[in-house]
Amino acid sequence: MSARQVSGFRREGNEWISEATGTRWVAVIGLEVHAQLSTRTKLFCACEVTFGGEPNSRTCPLCTGQPGTLPVLNGEALELAVRAALAVGATVATESKFDRKNYFYCDLPKNYQITQYDQPYCSGGGLTLPSGKQVRLNRIHMEEDAGKSVHDQGDATLVDLNRAGIPLIESVTEADLTSAEEAVEYLTALREILIYVGASRADMEKGEMRCDVNISVHPIGEPWRTKVEIKNLNSFANVSGAIEHEIPRQIAGWESGDPAREPVQETRLFDVERGATRTMRKKEGEADYRYFPEPDLPPIDASERFVEELRTRLPELPAARRERYQRELGLSAYDAGVLTAAREVADFFEATARLSKEPKEAANWISNEVLRSLSDDEYAANSIDELPIRPFDLAELIGLLREGTLSTSGARQVVREMLKSGKAAGELVIELGLQQVQDDSQLEAWCDEVLAAKPEIADQVREGKTKAVGALMGAVMQASKGTANPQKVREILLRKIGVEE
Amino acid sequence: MTNPPFDLTACALAEAVRSGELGALETTDAYLARIEAHDGALHAFHSVDADGARKRARELDDARARGEAHGALFGVPIALKDNMCLAGQEASCGSRILAGYRAPYTATFVQRLLDAGAVPLGMTSMDEFAMGSSGENSAHEVSRNPWDPTRTAGGSSSGSAVAVAADLAPIALGSDTGGSVRQPASFCGVYGLKPTYGRVSRYGLIAFGSSLDQVSPFAHDVRDLERVLQVISGHDERDSTSLPIEPFEPERPAELQSLVGLRIGVAKPYFDAGADPRVREVCEARLEVLRSYGAELVEIDLPHTAYAIPTYYVVATAEASSNLGRYDGSLYGARTGGDGSLQSMFAATRDAGFGEEVKRRILLGTYVLSAGYKDAWYNQALKVRTLIRRDFEAAFEAVDLIAGPTSPTPPFALGERAGDAIAMYNSDLCTVPASLAGLPALSVPAGFTADASRLPIGLQLIGPALSEGRLLRVAAALAAAPDAPPTHALDASAGGAA
Repeated sequence: MSARQVSGFRREGNEWISEATGTRWVAVIGLEVHAQLSTRTKLFCACEVTFGGEPNSRTCPLCTGQPGTLPVLNGEALELAVRAALAVGATVATESKFDRKNYFYCDLPKNYQITQYDQPYCSGGGLTLPSGKQVRLNRIHMEEDAGKSVHDQGDATLVDLNRAGIPLIESVTEADLTSAEEAVEYLTALREILIYVGASRADMEKGEMRCDVNISVHPIGEPWRTKVEIKNLNSFANVSGAIEHEIPRQIAGWESGDPAREPVQETRLFDVERGATRTMRKKEGEADYRYFPEPDLPPIDASERFVEELRTRLPELPAARRERYQRELGLSAYDAGVLTAAREVADFFEATARLSKEPKEAANWISNEVLRSLSDDEYAANSIDELPIRPFDLAELIGLLREGTLSTSGARQVVREMLKSGKAAGELVIELGLQQVQDDSQLEAWCDEVLAAKPEIADQVREGKTKAVGALMGAVMQASKGTANPQKVREILLRKIGVEE
Repeated sequence: MTNPPFDLTACALAEAVRSGELGALETTDAYLARIEAHDGALHAFHSVDADGARKRARELDDARARGEAHGALFGVPIALKDNMCLAGQEASCGSRILAGYRAPYTATFVQRLLDAGAVPLGMTSMDEFAMGSSGENSAHEVSRNPWDPTRTAGGSSSGSAVAVAADLAPIALGSDTGGSVRQPASFCGVYGLKPTYGRVSRYGLIAFGSSLDQVSPFAHDVRDLERVLQVISGHDERDSTSLPIEPFEPERPAELQSLVGLRIGVAKPYFDAGADPRVREVCEARLEVLRSYGAELVEIDLPHTAYAIPTYYVVATAEASSNLGRYDGSLYGARTGGDGSLQSMFAATRDAGFGEEVKRRILLGTYVLSAGYKDAWYNQALKVRTLIRRDFEAAFEAVDLIAGPTSPTPPFALGERAGDAIAMYNSDLCTVPASLAGLPALSVPAGFTADASRLPIGLQLIGPALSEGRLLRVAAALAAAPDAPPTHALDASAGGAA
């Protein structure tokens, strides 16, 4: 992502240099990210979690706030929340509690949200971004989602409570970020890791991941200034757009010399149409949520044993895998990066490498052929799990290649067919007539034919232009319709011409 | 038997219906007729489900005819408080805001009663959202004390206490948050048992103060209390605060009246803090009976008792202010228009739907949780709550149970305290400490004032967590005393039954 040009400013790295004053400004940014835990049921009731569905079809007495109902913590949600915490290297509190956050709104059936206030289940941790940037996390807590208000039905506001009670984790970073690029890089990494450990599907289009941005600016070397919160950003593009707009807005406000334009502590919204933020509410208008411990739920008991058990079941994380692929399997940094970006790809690669005992070959075939097919409409698959090919099949292909039964070009043909039909490699080799001819008498016959047809090339070779043998080989390969083993053909041709390599 | 079914205990009634001596429908009809005859004057019930009760009774008779007469409360009618959920039945909580609200599901404890063969007769009158000590805060009807209809039946489970005292139901359930079962039991001269917090599931009990609320039975008889507790108690996976334990099992001592070795702490602060001399006299007489059975009486102090009322009114109102947030007219219950904006609809609905006392407590609870005040009020109250709990822990090092009056006074006149919230709050003085500590407490009919008014007085027994068996054993010993007071307020033979 390249920095947007803003009139009145020059950009140097993360510094914004005011053309009017020459002052070098920097931004301080922290993110609050809500991610939906990928549980089967809601946080405190047995209602199924699905995206969409008839409005209010995924509801029960509890999540519609009927009198007398009581919440019961979904154990799966706690497990997934702990997995997310462990994945970002955070500390899971052995005891934490839920609190009530009280406010009145039509999509909040109880008029309080069950969340965690002063004793979240998780603290600390952080992520190292691919650029090397370290981003620290302050905390992660669990909470229930509210329902959805639909305001575009004439005068009426309609409420859909299918979302009400869906489990969320809210992770809060320290103010370690300085630019839109870094914010997006962080969000990408967080999303990747949440998906990796199976804690969340983090599909932003479905609202499974949402972001609030806290941001302030100050001249380099000066103390931090008033921070502003931008709420409800539901795409990376909007996070980036909001920050790119907000930084120059705040700087211009400070530089204007007009106290009325100075940034104030407030909550703003990003207007996607205008590409600009606007005031949602000022500090003094902020609600007093009257937090207090949720009396209907006992404290959360995440024993050390429970947490350690989950830790042992955690998949190896992308950074660790990348490092291991390079160190133990000799892959390039680039290949290691490609193969670890998604957990299912890394798992596929490891299985193929193990079965074929050829990690580099496995890496090549996966990153060149298998992953490429995912962006090719011909194959109609969006993830490696949707392809009909399995690690066993690919390992078999690599084996056939190693034995010399198949040429590289033949193997490519077979893989593409496997990606469509899911048939076994051995079967396709026969079906496509791609077995390499190993039979020496047949190979010699083809070579004799070619040497007889192109004596001038044979002469060139004999005169020391060994490279010219390629042209003869090509002719033999053509005669064999690609089934000849090229290595053997070369040997035979050179022997017949009388040249030693 | 002189006048069945009204002079039978619930246990005896269940046996009679199981054996076919009495029909379930016949029994239910008898109680419905008696309600018809007396409830116009007493206002124990907010709603009576005669058709539903008869239908269920017929089903039980049919089951018996098939040889399937099972259940500890087989064919026993029961009255439920109007804050309890039974699918399809109104649960109005004594409030305009829930008038006509029908529960979409059945409470765990109600389901357990149904499974045991009980026959719900209807929903009883109560102070709005269980906030009150006299029943006068009901938005609907105000129960009368059957011993003296000019007096209050106590509250907030007023109607359930009256229903049992006047034999409109052999047993009833109330809910006790700060004394809402024990105090009306004391005022109406029947037994009322608040179990240990977490003993009975709260799933389906409409919340007032979640950390205090406990479903609690009324009865004429100790065995009946045991029976009901046995049926409704035990872990419920729908209530995370319900204790992970089996249902209650009664203690069955070989020799009922022997209390030798039992150390009873006489709660000095409950007697000292303005207890009416008539109350003191009757309670002390009962303590003498216990001493005569071999119990040792030890005077004890519970030093933080003076802070119990303010602590209770901070904790309970804080929870209530949040629990009652949901009544905004948007999803169910009454709605009042407003000026078209959401917030004004909420405000208008709540203004019209809640009564004065409920509003007072919501405001109080909102205040004590507000930023800038929370430390001084709510957080401070939590600390004092711990001190009160420790008072009891210390006391139970020295004694097996604690005894004292249930209420500082006999039943007061209707209207007497209605305008004075503080005076009303102070009538909870002896009951809120056990609530704050989550301990089991039982109000036992102790006798009547010696003066011409002849008003019922209750003795409260408080025990350590899960000591209901001990409390009930002591109550059974008292009940077996020759001078144990009668618990039937109306002359049974004057009942509406044929």
